[in-house]
Amino acid sequence: MYVAVKGGEKAIAAAHRLLAHERRGDLGVAELAPEQVREQLSLGCDRVMNEGSLYDRDLAALAIKQSRGDLIEAAFLVRAFRTTLPRFGYSLPIDTAAMEIRRRISATFKDLPGGQVLGPTFDYTHRLIDFALAAGVELAVPTEAEVAADAGVAPRVTDLLAHDDLVEPDGEGDLDAAPGDITRDPIRFPVGRDIRLQSLARGDEGYLLALGYSTQRGYGSSHPFAGEIRLGEVEVEFVPEELGFAVSLGDITVTECQMINKFAGSAKVPPRFTRGYGLGFGHVERKAMAMALVDRALRASDLGEEIVAPAQDEEFVLMHADNIQATGFVEHLKLPHYVDFQAELGLVRQMRAEFEQTRAAIAADLKEAAE
Amino acid sequence: MGETIGFPEGGDADTAKRQAMMALAARASLDELSPALALIDDIGAVRDVRRPEIGLVMVRGRAGGGGAAFNLGEATVARAAVSLPSGETGFGYVLGRDRAKARLMAIVDALWQRRATRAAIETDILGPVGARLAAEQATTRARVAATKVDFFTMVRGDN
Repeated sequence: MYVAVKGGEKAIAAAHRLLAHERRGDLGVAELAPEQVREQLSLGCDRVMNEGSLYDRDLAALAIKQSRGDLIEAAFLVRAFRTTLPRFGYSLPIDTAAMEIRRRISATFKDLPGGQVLGPTFDYTHRLIDFALAAGVELAVPTEAEVAADAGVAPRVTDLLAHDDLVEPDGEGDLDAAPGDITRDPIRFPVGRDIRLQSLARGDEGYLLALGYSTQRGYGSSHPFAGEIRLGEVEVEFVPEELGFAVSLGDITVTECQMINKFAGSAKVPPRFTRGYGLGFGHVERKAMAMALVDRALRASDLGEEIVAPAQDEEFVLMHADNIQATGFVEHLKLPHYVDFQAELGLVRQMRAEFEQTRAAIAADLKEAAE
Repeated sequence: MGETIGFPEGGDADTAKRQAMMALAARASLDELSPALALIDDIGAVRDVRRPEIGLVMVRGRAGGGGAAFNLGEATVARAAVSLPSGETGFGYVLGRDRAKARLMAIVDALWQRRATRAAIETDILGPVGARLAAEQATTRARVAATKVDFFTMVRGDN
């Protein structure tokens, strides 16, 4: 338990001044502008937007600068900022089928209607450090090609297959039902897929990656294929009460992953491919894939599968996915626990005295018996 | 965006036209919208019905892309509402934290509702915005098209 302490104001103020100095680093090196972070460390911003659960690229960039590049600290700053703002309401669900596509790949369907475009990807790079970037080389103009009539927007792979019962459809849930909201109501287990997806969307990428990986290694094996991964811009629409019709707020960048999983069937469901879904703000391919793997793993009980692995245990997965909560609880151990510790110390001292007493008594008994 | 750049043709309801106009304004820059102020005789007489403010909209997605809705995460949104001396009330809603832009969007919305200035808003103010967006989209699509890939399945063995 943490008991409030007083004092230390001067030391704290000095520590924060020192922090500001450390953040700035060598004064001989140009200071970083938030716009540079936004433009040139954009994937860091995307991660902060997801784990901070707030789409605001400029704010994420500033938070990264403030946190000295500590992305969890940056997400924490973003979460704290959002608590200062009123909620205007909920958007209409974004339509990823209407996405202006910048990247779309499928590991399962070679000849995808609408085609596969690699877009800006690290895939197929050799992962060799590029020293030319340090030297400041001139940027090559992107290659352009003739745009096909059907380019830009393409149906989701899963919709193309929807008529075929061998791959399950998007789900039987009520399309118009208002989903639960973990920012308003505490999580009560068991939860629906809406709560799971919201929790996973703001969950720590590293944690979800490890859990997703664990399912691939056999802990709740779910035989995944990347049915489709797409990146691009989607419109966000909102219906203001005073207007009564949808207004377009602008576009956001999202990454979507449709995982398709071989499923042998159960008492509830016939053999067919089941699905896991991943969606995130910005270009967050690893996160979206990990989210889709974990989403599928967490559907175990819905599909009548036996729960045998950590990734299938929704209480374990969801209660530890939020890195802001996790870091808060772990890092609070740094704060003064003097009163708490003094109480524990007294208790241990007493237990020790009792222990010594008992030991002495036993020794005395043994000695007596021996004599 | 994408397929909805520009105004719907023909006899669509006014609401659809207004939605298309507001969608363009949301994607315009402050510099692109500010010439609209010249369409107002007395800028001092524009009344703030809702002072520009920043808030949050929870963005929703759908499980599997087309299934039941879920809350994905919030986005910052700036909004404002103004009324013109001539009586029209305009609204501005836009992603981000730019209060000045939200107010300018509200003014543009109000001016669009005023018959006398609607054509100027559509043609002079938002016309160039639509053209810029279309050009940007064409560039993006051409660059993306260059990364179109055809994978071939290699056959193992001779049979």
